[in-house]
Amino acid sequence: MRAYFSLFRIRFISAVQYRTAALAGITTQFAWGFLLIFSYRAFYRSNPGAFSMEFSHLTSYIWLQQAFLNLFAGWIRDNDIMGAITDGRISYELARPISLYGKWFSQIAANRVGRTLLRCAPILIVAFILPEPIGLGLPPGFVHAAGFLASMLLALGVTTAFVLLVYSLTIFTLSSYGLWTVLVMLGDFLSGHIIPLTFFPGAARRIAELLPFAAMQNMPLRIYSGNIAGGDILLCISLQCFWLLALSLLGYLVMKKALTKVIVQGG
Amino acid sequence: MIRVSGLNKTFRVSRRKAGFGNALRAFIRREYNSVQALRDVSFNIHAGEMVGYIGPNGAGKSTTIKILCGILTPDSGECEVNGLTPWRDRRRHVRDIGVVFGQRSQLWWDVPVIDSFELLKDIYRLDTASYKRTLDELTGLLGLSELLETPTRSLSLGQRMRCEIAASLIHRPKILFLDEPTIGLDAVSKIAVREFIKKQNREFGTTVILTTHDMQDIEALAQRILLIGRGRILLDGSLRELKKRFSGLKTITVEYEGSRPVPCQGMKLIKDSEGQASFSIDTDFVSISQAISHISGTAEIRDLSVEGAKAEDMVVELYKEYRI
Repeated sequence: MRAYFSLFRIRFISAVQYRTAALAGITTQFAWGFLLIFSYRAFYRSNPGAFSMEFSHLTSYIWLQQAFLNLFAGWIRDNDIMGAITDGRISYELARPISLYGKWFSQIAANRVGRTLLRCAPILIVAFILPEPIGLGLPPGFVHAAGFLASMLLALGVTTAFVLLVYSLTIFTLSSYGLWTVLVMLGDFLSGHIIPLTFFPGAARRIAELLPFAAMQNMPLRIYSGNIAGGDILLCISLQCFWLLALSLLGYLVMKKALTKVIVQGG
Repeated sequence: MIRVSGLNKTFRVSRRKAGFGNALRAFIRREYNSVQALRDVSFNIHAGEMVGYIGPNGAGKSTTIKILCGILTPDSGECEVNGLTPWRDRRRHVRDIGVVFGQRSQLWWDVPVIDSFELLKDIYRLDTASYKRTLDELTGLLGLSELLETPTRSLSLGQRMRCEIAASLIHRPKILFLDEPTIGLDAVSKIAVREFIKKQNREFGTTVILTTHDMQDIEALAQRILLIGRGRILLDGSLRELKKRFSGLKTITVEYEGSRPVPCQGMKLIKDSEGQASFSIDTDFVSISQAISHISGTAEIRDLSVEGAKAEDMVVELYKEYRI
């Protein structure tokens, strides 16, 4: 356990090295956040009844999404791991007496936490200062705040398990982009990264809400604003636990299979 | 300590001819060749041995090392290192081995070297006292004190390589696999690294298996040589035996004044430039003293040296002999 914690620490330190990149990221996220909020405002004005989410819930959703982008977005790539697979550094990874699955899990999570801590504060602060209804409000109560934190932690786990499953599959295909792009984009769409899941039409919404992707950013962000409330919070958290276990197990098995076929690229 | 028998490994390699048309064709129908990287490879290595594993590019050296380290799974064959099968008991097996892959890095790129070492301490579950002792020792021997607080990305290749070797030894492995450990090093670093490896072997009885293209590495380190070519073990013997086998070949180099010395039977001129000539001598035909007296009879000699076969030449001869 200590080894995995150390891995988390060293990856975290590596992730917070590049300050200019973080600054650029923050700027982008502000621009993107405002862009989304003003586009949605235009839609809401033309037909407020067509939306299944209050506008203030939506703005909270968007600001949290921008602040915690690096925690939840599937498309944040861990180049250390992709590189290890494509250029053969995996040899060293396998020469260590620890589980490769556990090692990479710690590294991916650490990279995401490190990048997020470096970037989230300015976005959260500005979003809190912004006036209603375009700013970020407080959660409706203690239950929602606690539920949000728990659900956020689980969402990080589910996201990590999902991207690690995709990385494990690239051990078979070797070209890292094809499979990764398709699966990660699909995952991001179904996780509510592009539009909140509650905006999906009827049956599509009900199916999407059961998929593992819904256990990524969809749940914590909606619990925060109160869009998911009451007993549904517990239901969501249980579903997240289930998907975390299922995806980890699947990823672990896929990696185990992949490692018997591993080919070290580049001699 | 290491027992390998009947190891086979085949890789499937896609290939096509150059050009755009062929690239398109390969997109639809790809042709594969199987490359047999290892064919029935068997050998035994005892504890405390230092073995040089040599062979031309693509012979199967690295593949063997990667199987012995538990990274690759062979198609067939048995292998036992320290009583464990590397690819089946990978995690238990790698605890007792150290590996250096000369062309790759195991250090974390963006953080100071010492952070990578601290991580290894936790990965191998070393207790603080023995970690500190090993680290101090390695720091002294490899001259790392200036480097430990520098991020890996800022180190030169030679500096990084010394850190890599230290990283592979921090857990005091019983077996050390070195895959081209001196690649890209300057003369001083090479000698430092070789001395260090020798010392490890002498003092701790570390078993060392080394692949290299640098014959000075072999001469300095390997007591025993395994020659592999096209996936097959071709020769397994001590460096001394090998030298004896080629002892019939000597080289005399002379500096002369005026006209070049004339070789007699059994001597052959290999090189002649700026008043310095080298002759190879086949001692089956002519003894060294005969050759010297013959040369000195035909020209004015200023300086003269006799050398036995160099590892470099022996390897060239071996590659020729086995047509690899």
